Amino acid sequence: MGLEMIEAAGLTKRYGAKTAVHDLTFEVRPGHVTGFLGPNGSGKSTTMRMIVGLDRPTSGTVTVGGRPFRQTPNAPRKVGALLDAQAVHGGRSARNHLLSLAQLSGIPASRVEEVLDVVGLRDVAGKRSKGFSLGMGQRLGIAAALLGDPQVLLFDEPVNGLDPEGIYWVRTLMKRLAAEGRTVLVSSHLMSEMAVTADHLLVIGRGRLLADMSVREFISRNSADFARVRVADDAAGRTGELAAAVAEAGGRALKEPDGALRVTGIDLPRISDLAHKADIRLWELSPHHASLEEAYMRLTQDVVDYRSTDDELAGFTPPEDEAHPLDTAPGPPEVPEVPAQGWYAPPPPGQAPPQTRSRP
Amino acid sequence: MASAAAVLQSEWTKIRTVSSTTWTLISVFLATVVIGGVISAVSNSTFGDLSDVSQTTFDPTLTSFSGMVLGQLAMVVFGVLVVGSEYSSGMIRTSLAAVPRRATFLFSKIGVAGLLALVVGLITGFVAFFIGQALLGDHSTTIGEPGVLRAVIGSGLYMCLIALFSMGITVMLRSSMLSLGILMPFFFLVSNILAAVPKAKDVAHYFPDQAGQKLLQVVPDAANGGGGSYGPWGGFGIMCAWVVAALIGGYLVLRNRDA
Repeated sequence: MGLEMIEAAGLTKRYGAKTAVHDLTFEVRPGHVTGFLGPNGSGKSTTMRMIVGLDRPTSGTVTVGGRPFRQTPNAPRKVGALLDAQAVHGGRSARNHLLSLAQLSGIPASRVEEVLDVVGLRDVAGKRSKGFSLGMGQRLGIAAALLGDPQVLLFDEPVNGLDPEGIYWVRTLMKRLAAEGRTVLVSSHLMSEMAVTADHLLVIGRGRLLADMSVREFISRNSADFARVRVADDAAGRTGELAAAVAEAGGRALKEPDGALRVTGIDLPRISDLAHKADIRLWELSPHHASLEEAYMRLTQDVVDYRSTDDELAGFTPPEDEAHPLDTAPGPPEVPEVPAQGWYAPPPPGQAPPQTRSRP
Repeated sequence: MASAAAVLQSEWTKIRTVSSTTWTLISVFLATVVIGGVISAVSNSTFGDLSDVSQTTFDPTLTSFSGMVLGQLAMVVFGVLVVGSEYSSGMIRTSLAAVPRRATFLFSKIGVAGLLALVVGLITGFVAFFIGQALLGDHSTTIGEPGVLRAVIGSGLYMCLIALFSMGITVMLRSSMLSLGILMPFFFLVSNILAAVPKAKDVAHYFPDQAGQKLLQVVPDAANGGGGSYGPWGGFGIMCAWVVAALIGGYLVLRNRDA
């Protein structure tokens, strides 16, 4: 079985004056789930479309198993792609949609039933895909990608619109496919999703490659744990003193805007000891983890194309108050008594919540 | 590569599993046969009112095909939808990701749809002819007369070419709405109006539909037929040239543009 890699070299795509993808060079290796991360509009989809030959690169090349996709013999048996789950004719049933794709590459019709079972769509296979929910559409798209039992799989935002169970299923599926020695490239804009799915990360922003490393490396580089230390208000002037003590003990202390210290390099008991020795009372000493999400946001914050600003409602005048005579001005709103039951933490994945346990 | 046979089979599955195929092709048949029948019956009952010239150049075969003016529009819709639905649904990206070779994809699709259009066109042509002749009564002709069989088969070829031309245009424009918006008025109005205007006539005779309709004509100077300096097969050739041009244009667009 040949090891099928996706290799991009100097891949560039321009649409008029806008450069969607700029000089990307990377490899996607078999046996791993490679996460392809970037904010909206960063060029993930464009890159994936170039991989399967839908878009022509302005310059550079991308090959699958050493060949440009357009020249790949019997492509559907080599490469399966979910690029746009909505890209189906709504008037055709799921089964017929898959059948037409199966026939393209000499895949037996019985395989259609197999993938329908794999994605859990058998019950609705005869229905027109027009009536499918977003999640069902995603499942149909995944079924189409799996049809040819391909060595290389591309998934563009596969968990869009899926319910938690579906997300868990996709995650397991990706990992299983990679464990079978396949090359799996999954795009997402959710770092948290990739952290639990992918082994390797490609991070892009504005079409440029920002990181190409294993998830473990990404975590160790980007998620420094730290302690937040707050000195008692009446001793606020001694914060600098504590910072000096921390530095002396080999740690690093940064002052946060609200006066607290962010300490890295030494652990919490040690900080407590230092404060005690200096006779400084602490009001806070708490452990913090910079999440992967934060690390990713930091990495991409300069390259986000679509950023929201506060809604200032500039042109709006506040509604006239005349309708509310003063004597009926509302008092503080009454908080309705909410029964505490019904509020419980969601169960960990794969475990049924106790109250829905099935009875024999 | 995905073999042409596999792609043909897949395209056949695609075309038979959407209801628009059935509806447009039924419309082709009904519009052509029913309107052709009505006009044949009316011609039969009002034959005496026609001028002498009209009476001597009366073409019973062409009269029974009168419904094709509308029937061909349904055929245009068929051709446009077969290709255009790939674009409007986004299915084109799924299709091309599965069949990266543009030529295999396009010509399989067009081959399947064209063959289907030809079969439906031929059935429609023969049924319209026989019903029309039955209703024309004394003024009818028979399939054995010189040129008549050629005209009836020609009606099927004409329908097929109309569908192929529409497909080529739609691949170029990559949109059903745009293609319908251009092709429908063209075939229904522009072409017919220009063909009746003295000067523009000389140009309009080389339009695909005007040229192709020559093939349906048995009496060369029929009052309701076109003019032009070419015979039935010349007209067919001109129409084929249009179709080939549209398909080549479509192929070049498909090959060179991002899907």
